[in-house]
Amino acid sequence: MSETPMPIWEVFVRARAGLAHRHAGSVHAADAEMALQAARDTYTRRGEGLSLWVVPSAAITASDPADRDSLFEPTADKIYRHPTFYEVPDDVGHM
Amino acid sequence: MYTQALNQKDVAPAAGPAEDPERLARFEARVAAEDKIEPNDWMPAAYRRTLTRQISQHAHSEIVGMLPEGNWITRAPSLRRKAALLAKVQDEGGHGLYLYAAAETLGTSREELVDQLLSGKAKYSSIFNYPTLTWADIGAIGWLVDGAAIMNQIPLCRTSYGPYARAMVRICKEESFHQRQGYEIMLTLARGTEAQKAMAQDALDRWWWPSLMMFGPPDAESAHTDQSMRWKIKRFTNDALRQQFVDATVPQGHFLQLSFPDPELRYDEEAGHWRYGAIDWEEFRQVLAGNGPCNRERLEARRRAHAEGAWVREAALAHAAKRRARRAAERQAAE
Repeated sequence: MSETPMPIWEVFVRARAGLAHRHAGSVHAADAEMALQAARDTYTRRGEGLSLWVVPSAAITASDPADRDSLFEPTADKIYRHPTFYEVPDDVGHM
Repeated sequence: MYTQALNQKDVAPAAGPAEDPERLARFEARVAAEDKIEPNDWMPAAYRRTLTRQISQHAHSEIVGMLPEGNWITRAPSLRRKAALLAKVQDEGGHGLYLYAAAETLGTSREELVDQLLSGKAKYSSIFNYPTLTWADIGAIGWLVDGAAIMNQIPLCRTSYGPYARAMVRICKEESFHQRQGYEIMLTLARGTEAQKAMAQDALDRWWWPSLMMFGPPDAESAHTDQSMRWKIKRFTNDALRQQFVDATVPQGHFLQLSFPDPELRYDEEAGHWRYGAIDWEEFRQVLAGNGPCNRERLEARRRAHAEGAWVREAALAHAAKRRARRAAERQAAE
């Protein structure tokens, strides 16, 4: 392939004020400004968002799925982190 | 559009190492338990190849699918129809892009995927190799082709590969406007003058059989679906989806007071299904082999668009590089 690859950007869309930006997909663009325009045309044709983020895909560091157990498993047995672990008599009422 | 790629045989590269049976078993168990597979997860090489082929050919279909309809944008009969058609064709471009993005998560670059289309190595749906001769064809495409696409695509929203499933959810939401705008065009023509009604009938006559072929060869002949079904890439067989489409569409055609070009079409009371006549699979094979009415024209149009856009891509990259260099120089000067 003789053509220079066009950089890839991850797109995040805030659907409305009060919500977090959420990953929508990716676009290819030469720079951030063009990535924003492409993201707008690709992911918000029907009022899906009020705000966009574009992030160079290479800038994202992800956890390795192979580490899933060692990273997330230890929380499974810490049931004392949940309110239902504690016994409060019914007479106390809602707490 | 659609799952024709899943009818192709998966060919493993000659020196491909055998899969680790333990990992393969874990993978199959996850899929069987309806767990979604995500980009960085381990997956068998054949799963990656099948999905890359399927998703990219789906993307190519959306992009090539812009051509037959684009043909009528400047000649739409009213501003309302023109705005709708423009939005629909734009959606198809968008759908192609969501799908390319999903395919790229499997490790093949956009440039390679586009190259595969332009070199003729990758296929796209057979349906786009038919011409749009009259305005009624725009109605028939929306009603029949998008209708068939929806039947095919709704089960793909639950496909086992996460990025593909998510792209399909967006696509299906947008697709229902496409079908309704097509049916509205058909309804207007069918209630119009004799000439308009004849135009609608002619479009139905020409698009009916190719729409049924979109679902791919009969189950008895598509031996490659077994693995795709087990891996939950595909959820229903070609014949099951085709029947579902026929059952949904025939009453809609009768509402238009149009007739279907199939003398054997009849309602099977007992089964509750519309039975259709034999499909000309030789025509389907010819279109897939590149001998359809518009195969050459479609590929030519894509190649030309890609070549004519090359200077824009180059200029955008050069502009971005220049701005980066200028910013770096300014920073250095400020230090």
